[in-house]
Amino acid sequence: MRRIRRWLFALLAALVTLPGANAADAPTNTIRLATTTSLDNSGLLGAILPIFTKETSIEVHVLAQGTGQALDTARRGDADLVLVHDPEAEEQFIAEGHATARRQIAWNDFVIVGPGADPAHIAGGHDAVAALTKIAEAKVPFVSRGDRSGTHALELRLWKAAGIDPKNGSGNWYRDIGGGMGQALNTAAAMPAYTLSDRGTWLSFKNKGPLAVLVEGDPRLINRYDVIVLNPDKHPGPRLAAAHRLAEWLISPEGQKAIGDYRVEGEQLFHPSAASPR
Amino acid sequence: MDKFAGLSAALASGELWQIIALSLTVSLSATAAAAILGLPLGVALAIWHFPGRHFLILAANALLGLPPAVVGLALYLLLSGSGPLGFLGLLFTPGAMVLAQAVLALPIVTALAHRAAEDLWAGYGDALMDLGANKLRAVPALIAMGRLSMLTAVLAGFGRTVSEVGAILVVGGNIAGYTRTMTTAIVLETSKGDLPLALGLGLVLIGLTVMISAAAFGLAGRSSA
Repeated sequence: MRRIRRWLFALLAALVTLPGANAADAPTNTIRLATTTSLDNSGLLGAILPIFTKETSIEVHVLAQGTGQALDTARRGDADLVLVHDPEAEEQFIAEGHATARRQIAWNDFVIVGPGADPAHIAGGHDAVAALTKIAEAKVPFVSRGDRSGTHALELRLWKAAGIDPKNGSGNWYRDIGGGMGQALNTAAAMPAYTLSDRGTWLSFKNKGPLAVLVEGDPRLINRYDVIVLNPDKHPGPRLAAAHRLAEWLISPEGQKAIGDYRVEGEQLFHPSAASPR
Repeated sequence: MDKFAGLSAALASGELWQIIALSLTVSLSATAAAAILGLPLGVALAIWHFPGRHFLILAANALLGLPPAVVGLALYLLLSGSGPLGFLGLLFTPGAMVLAQAVLALPIVTALAHRAAEDLWAGYGDALMDLGANKLRAVPALIAMGRLSMLTAVLAGFGRTVSEVGAILVVGGNIAGYTRTMTTAIVLETSKGDLPLALGLGLVLIGLTVMISAAAFGLAGRSSA
């Protein structure tokens, strides 16, 4: 029995001494950022965070989740700051006392993409609500994220504005996939179907298949990204100071320039807007 | 070949090597943990008759199909900063991933080790006891006698850990350079629409798994010859 106990002890010891396994002991210069898939999958964070790390020696661990999930992660105290894009969910997060303020760092826009054949005849339009109405009337496949992400929240607001309950088309033309933006685009490309996408993910997405941008330029399709640092009264922790430095850097002239400089195939994906929020 | 440009770029950048190293470290650690606990446990279930034994055997067999997403979620709630084990600071670390995969592999190793040991104990148990072994000493003896079956049990556990993505995505978070493994990278690249890179990573993963299994059987075969 003694040998078994020794084995067990060695096992436990190995588990907690695994490289960096114990985050409680991790130096306070490693912070955890919960964010949306659009900022990470588009390559933006991979491009700008190394600049910040080089300057401050603060390492950033990025958790790419939907906005709803990212805010929940922070609510549980499992992230030090969030970078998300759902104004209503953010307001609620602040109202609950998890944070005291948010700062806009950048914006771009959402687009409605769909098959080039365009069975609902929405191409070239600039009215997102009218386009969704046509899709619902034609009963042609529409892929919904269904994951409480910022994009999903906007989609639901647009349906509401159109006076349509898309759940009525559930199982028929309304396909709620409960997945990330990339999964929604992969699904839409294969069906093919219409879907709502943020422009950053769309531009950097590599499996567009028959899909093309059909509707853009509606003011309701603006997409704002905000950085939120947690309220130290509610989430005290040794890493909040470092998290603050990242938030400050993102809205500083240097961080803003790094965001504006990021391009995919020559196209700018995010417009810095800390100085003049949209 | 142009389609696989992403894969060769990933290989050249060194990022892929880090991902491969982490995948193997996590999965092999979890498999080792499951083997250290599961092999003796499976054999013990074949030798000792105690109350609750049937329940444990049933549980090990039932949990062969333990859903990774559920294990991930349960551990997430336990390890979260607001959960009972939050003080460990394990969430979103490689340690949490090892724990999740060990939980998944343990029933597999235990159930398969028990099945092999049951036959061996039925065939050789009396002879072992006549030779003066006690039941405690019979445990390592049975593991050694059935080492090819035991190896299969451990490799089945390894197969489960190295291929699963549902649990480590939840408790590891797929953090670049820290908790990103082969399987979570495949999911990520698929979601970016880079299907050739995702497929290439998948082929690399399958190749590695085959090599490890072949090496394990090669070693075991030599030692039994």
